[in-house]
Amino acid sequence: MKFGVVRFPGSNCDQDAYHAIADVLRQPVDYIWHQERSVKGYDCIVLPGGFSYGDYLRTGAIARFSPVIEAVIEHAQRGRLLIGICNGFQVLCETHLLPGALVRNTGLKFVCRQVHLRVENASTPFTRGARPGQVLRMPIAHGEGRYVADQPTLAALRDSNRIVVRYCDARGETTPESNPNGSVDHVAGVVNESLNVFGLMPHPERAAARLLGSTDGRVIMDSIVRALRAAV
Amino acid sequence: MAQVTVHITLKPTLLDAQGRVVQNALNSLGYAEVGQVRIGKLIAMEVGGDPATVGDRVQEMCDRLLANPVIEDYSIIVDESAEVAL
Repeated sequence: MKFGVVRFPGSNCDQDAYHAIADVLRQPVDYIWHQERSVKGYDCIVLPGGFSYGDYLRTGAIARFSPVIEAVIEHAQRGRLLIGICNGFQVLCETHLLPGALVRNTGLKFVCRQVHLRVENASTPFTRGARPGQVLRMPIAHGEGRYVADQPTLAALRDSNRIVVRYCDARGETTPESNPNGSVDHVAGVVNESLNVFGLMPHPERAAARLLGSTDGRVIMDSIVRALRAAV
Repeated sequence: MAQVTVHITLKPTLLDAQGRVVQNALNSLGYAEVGQVRIGKLIAMEVGGDPATVGDRVQEMCDRLLANPVIEDYSIIVDESAEVAL
């Protein structure tokens, strides 16, 4: 089992992801520079948070044309696991591996705080360690995290239970106040049709130790390890 | 070289949070006559090659990179006569 964390110029959660995988999950992990043209040998690729290419043009738009992305797309098409966190989620939407897009928060502010997420689908490789409806607490840190998609896309996501996590309050209610960025239908993370590509704005890798304020991110990270073990 | 201007805006169905804030600010300044404000991007490019195909090529650039068709609309203005100032 081997993880790869892609580094773009401007990635800034790459070390957090590496630390969480290497020191908390205790799994083998490498950094993958964005100029690489192969990701062979990796079981799970992580596109980390940050501001790849300074968020120029649109978040994730330039990273989408990094040399490594073709290999990452091939990795996903072979059914291997791929998770995009924050800027990584934005890159996955720009790459069209995930539907929809992430635009400026409704309140225009960069929002950096703890939020609650409700696990809507506990049958994905990324959430199989969670209970359906479980409320997880982890941080967000983004200015462009408002998930948008057209109505047919949203309907398809809902019908196939691919809205994996929604913003909610501590009791698991999706109140207007619990939606930090104006995302449509409280969407915090979605999975692709074949359930091997997951993107979310919150940061599980920054909620991996009690010292960081929450260990709930481990629910997602441990789920990935379980899924990879089951696949071996 | 053709001088090409690309205007990119959020689709009308999407809330333009920035535009709404600017509209509120203009209204507060006393410009009560200002209705909806939408803020977009302007990309000015010099484009060489066959002048006959500049528009098509820039459209391809918009579809592939400059705009995200999921959330944005764009329009292209090509001015072949413009002298490009250096």
